[in-house]
Formats: sequence, C-alpha cells, structure tokens
Amino acid sequence: MASAAQNPPSKGLIGGLMERFRNDPVQIVLYLCGGIVFAVMLLAIVSNLLSGQVTLEDIVQSMIFGLAQGSIYALIALGYTLVYGVLLMINFAHGEVFMAGAYIAFFAIYAMEQSGFLAQQPLLALLITIGVGMIASISIAVLLERIAYRPLRNAPRLVPLITAIGASIVIRELFIRLFGARPRTYPEVSLFAFPQFFRLECSVVDGVETCLGIDLIRGAYDITLLGMELRVRPVYFIVFILALILMAMLWFVVQRTKVGRAMRAVAEDKKTAALMGVNVDRVIVITFVLGAALAGAAAVLFALYNQRVMPEMGFTPGIKAFTAAVLGGIGNVPGAMAGGLLLGIIESVAPSMLGLPTQLEGVISFGVLVLILIFRPTGIFGEVLAKKRA
Amino acid sequence: MTMLQIEDLHTYYGKIHAIKGVSLQVSEGQIVTLIGGNGAGKTTTLNTICGITPAQQGKIIFDGVDISKLPPHEVVMRGIVQSPEGRKIFTRLTVRENLEMGAFTRRDTPRIPVDLEYVFERFPRLKERAKQLGGTLSGGEQQMLAMGRALMARPRLLLLDEPSMGLAPLMVQEIFSVIDYLNKNNHTTILLVEQNASMALAIADQAYVLQSGYITHSGTGAALQQDPTVIAAYLGG
Ligand SMILES: Nc1ncnc2c1ncn2[C@@H]1O[C@H](COP(=O)(O)OP(=O)(O)OP(=O)(O)O)[C@@H](O)[C@H]1O
Ligand SMILES: [Mg+2]
Repeated sequence: MASAAQNPPSKGLIGGLMERFRNDPVQIVLYLCGGIVFAVMLLAIVSNLLSGQVTLEDIVQSMIFGLAQGSIYALIALGYTLVYGVLLMINFAHGEVFMAGAYIAFFAIYAMEQSGFLAQQPLLALLITIGVGMIASISIAVLLERIAYRPLRNAPRLVPLITAIGASIVIRELFIRLFGARPRTYPEVSLFAFPQFFRLECSVVDGVETCLGIDLIRGAYDITLLGMELRVRPVYFIVFILALILMAMLWFVVQRTKVGRAMRAVAEDKKTAALMGVNVDRVIVITFVLGAALAGAAAVLFALYNQRVMPEMGFTPGIKAFTAAVLGGIGNVPGAMAGGLLLGIIESVAPSMLGLPTQLEGVISFGVLVLILIFRPTGIFGEVLAKKRA
Repeated sequence: MTMLQIEDLHTYYGKIHAIKGVSLQVSEGQIVTLIGGNGAGKTTTLNTICGITPAQQGKIIFDGVDISKLPPHEVVMRGIVQSPEGRKIFTRLTVRENLEMGAFTRRDTPRIPVDLEYVFERFPRLKERAKQLGGTLSGGEQQMLAMGRALMARPRLLLLDEPSMGLAPLMVQEIFSVIDYLNKNNHTTILLVEQNASMALAIADQAYVLQSGYITHSGTGAALQQDPTVIAAYLGG
C-alpha cells in the first residue's frame, strides 16, 4: 500500500498542477491569490528600489542582521523538528526551553560580572554562560519529557499537543512567580580579537603602540564595501558562525554516530528499533537533550545582541522557529536549518524592501509561511514523508 | 540443554485473548518451528517473548531466568533477536546502516566488519546497493536485507517471523539455506515461524502447531510431517 504512495508516476509540473486543481478546485483560488501577492510584492520591491526609497545599503545591512536572527530561528527550529521526527508531536513548550536557557544563564553571567571575572576572562566567561544556558535548557526539556510527555506516549496525538501548550504556560508562569516578569539586562561584554588585522582601540605606552582589535560583541563599525557605506556589528557574524558550527555538530551526530542512527531508526519504526535492542525511551530523551542544547546555546547568543531577557521572551522566537521548521518541512533537519535562515533574512529584509514599517515583520513571516505552503504544502524540503505520515 | 522454556503463556490485546496457555521448549543449537494458520497467534507468541506485547500470565525462562517482564531492549541484550514479520527494514536508513542496526547491541566490535563482509558476499545485491536507502529496494531485496540484519545480530536465539513470505521459489531456497548456515556455522538457535510448513518441518528438529492461541500438536519435524491431521491442515495433503 505504501509503495503506490511513495512512487507517484511523475506527471511533470503542469500535469501535477492540473491534477491537483481537478481534485480540489479551491486550490485554483489559492494559487491565484498566492500568485497575485507574489506579483504585487515583486512590483513593490522593484519600484522601491528604482525610486531610491530603499538603498542597497539598507538591504545588505538588514540582511546581516537577518542572518543572525535566522541562525537563532534555525537552532530553535531544529528542536521542533527533531522531536517531531521522533514523536510526531509539536513540542509547543520549546520556546520556554529556549527562554529558560537565556534566563538562567543571565544569573551566571551577572555573577561573573560582579566578581570581575567577566572583565578579566571574557571569552571563558562567555563560554561558561553558553554552557549554563545549555544545561538549563536541557534540564527543563528532560523534566518536560519525563513529567508531561512520556505518560502520554500512547495517547491520541491531540492530547500531548494540548499538554505541550499547557506546559509552556506553566513554565512561563513559574519563571514569572520565581523571578518576576520584568526584563533583566545582560551585562555589557567586550571581547576584543584580531589586533593584528584590526588596528583599533590602540594606545601608546612608552612609545609602543598596542591595539586591542575589534570588539566582537559590543562593537559596531563603519565600513565601505563595494562602494556601500555599512555599519556592521561583528556579533551578528559570530552568532551566524557559531550556529553553523553547532548545526554541523548536530548533523554529524545524527548522520554519523550510532546514537544518531538509532534516533533515525526510532523515528521511523519504534517497535523494530526496540527489536534491534534500542532503548527507545532513552533515544527519545537524547532527542530532547539535543534539541534543548541547541536552544540553550541559541538563547545565550540571542541575549548577547538583544540583551533583554524575561520569562515571556520565549513566545515569539518559539512561534517564529516553529514557522521556520514548517517552512523547511517539519521533521527534516536540513529543512529546519534552511527554513530558519530564510525566515530570519526575509523578516528583516522584507519590510524595508516592501516599504513597510518594521513592526509588520510578524505579518510578513506568517504571510511568507502561508504563501510557501500554498505552493509547497510539505515545506521547502518536505518530501513524501510528510504525506505518508499525515 | 533447554535454552528457552515457555510455560502457560497468556497474552491479550485489550479484551482479545490471543495466546491461551502456550507452552514450548527450545533447546540450545536446535531449529524449532512454529506453524499455524492466519491469526493463530504465531506473531503474538514471538512478540511476547521479545517484550513487545508482554504476557499477562505465564513464564518465559531464558538461560534459567524469567524474562517475561523485561522491556524489549533488555531481551535483546540477553541474546534474543527477532526478525519481524513483513521485513520491517528501515526505509530511510541506507542498506549498510540497516545492517549496522542489526549489530546494535554487539560488544565484539572488531568482528562486526567480518560479518558485514560475509553478508555482502552472501547477498551481492546488498553490496551493490550498500549506500542506497532501504526503501528503494525491491520486496525480495528487502527480505535479503532483513536476513542480513539478523545475521549481523549474532544472537544466541533468533526468532524469525515468516522470512520467506512473498518470495520467488529460488529466493525461498536461499533463505532456508541461510537459516541452515546460521544454525550450523554460527551455532545460532532458531525459532522459526513459517507459512511454508513443508519446508519448515523439513529443516526443524522440533515443531509445534499453533491454532487459535493453543498448541495443538508438537513433536519432531519428521514426526509432524507424517501426522495425518497436520498433513491435512497445513501440508495441503
Ligand atoms: N494489535 C492487535 N490488536 C488486536 N488484536 C490483535 C493485534 N495483533 C493481533 N491480534 C489478534 O491476535 C490474534 C493472533 O494474531 P497473530 O498476529 O499473532 O497471528 P499469526 O499467527 O501471526 O497470523 P499470520 O500468519 O496471519 O501472521 C489474531 O486473532 C489477531 O487478530
Ligand atoms: Mg504473523
């Protein structure tokens, strides 16, 4: 029965579309609307560019910010997608797992600032902060799995979904009761690097000039690139690069290790995986741990350029990352990475390109989701898998 | 020496009483077969041994220890591996990864590549397709892969659920010859569930007939081949 669904005869793009329209005439209306929206958007972008309302500088600058924001979305989205892959469940409390990382790590970095350690050893202090964030997120996720989800493993699929929404509210409220709802501000960190290449922050002592280099975290520099005058913050690149490294590590774990193989086996068929000797419960916990570790790291990186953390901070990035995961094709690891980056960039570039106020970024991200799902209901990377499981 | 001893086993699916007091024995080094019609409870018996559908009542004694309450992965750890009905290979893992999944609990890591080589030698088709996803194999190739995966496990007791289902006659021969090899060369004890009763009885030291959750006949393979009621019901005589 599955083989017929797996290998549909290829009919080409037009043939496939015609078939879809015949099966469901409403699709014609959707496609028309989608097409019109796309056309209007293109028109707006072109006219804005031609009339000089937006400059290339604006676009490049927002794109760099979008790269960082998108990296955060991608890291969070991986948590949604990993858990969905293994349990076919949307962990709606994942935004709170992210928040817990940023929030608990705040106490660590704050303590290190007070003791002066942050100023002396900024790199080490930052790594410790990231580590604390990861551990905090992991702890919350493991508890969540154990208390809220595992007892419902065999319940109908809607039940754990509702539980997840409930758990998300519980965690958020718990943090508000424990620590208060008001935002806390991450201490200012300066991390100077590459004095050989960047002769900045220099001072002359006894006739010898020593330079600190660029400030990777707080710095913002005016540069001219290909005739464009840009103001660049290195922290955005740092976030992007660290996210890439983390994603490469995750890819390695999932594709090249025994645990990863077991995860993929469990995702496909829990019973047979158990017959091969896989401890399914343990693999599920490991899946939550991996997702939470990425979310915790993302949370600290996010706090480094956003600075404010509060118990309610998980909601919006959580929903956006979920959007990114669906955009890329839920359950698909490369899809979550691509979806996150894409959403981050679109969301930061689109308002200026379309000449809309930046407050509309939410409308834009969900608009993009709707548009993409009209044309590709399984997400960008979505395959037969989504169809087979739906 | 008795390796597996099942006593008065009862298994339910909700209210459905699928296994109604099954007792059977498997001695070390033997091939034991369990035959019976559709819905007789063969698959359920194997799944109960493996801890997938735990027994409500009865004992499953393996190497002198009752394993009836163990979770599936601990049963595997003790040396019992099941190759389930309907192949159940991992369609989104490569052929090679599927084989590696077979060896999941093995600790003798250096010998795993040797067995892998043997599987590839025995089923050259799998070697050609080592990097392909399991789901892209044909039905017969998937059955080879399932057999290869069982080979990779090197269990002490291998439970095979209808390994020849849906195969061309030549492949059925090949599967049975692999079973014989596993038993003779790897000293794997085998509990074989089969629809192809005549071939199963021919290869088996001991045989049991299961019908609606009860064992109705038992004896040596040769004896059941001669039994008139068994011939009438299962050997198309
Ligand atoms: N998951 C289940 N839920 C409810 N009843 C089940 C379930 N699995 C099996 N049964 C019932 O238990 C009985 C035994 O089934 P089982 O699969 O063990 O038979 P079998 O001997 O393996 O048959 P076959 O030769 O067709 O594979 C059947 O009546 C079947 O309908
Ligand atoms: Mg069966």
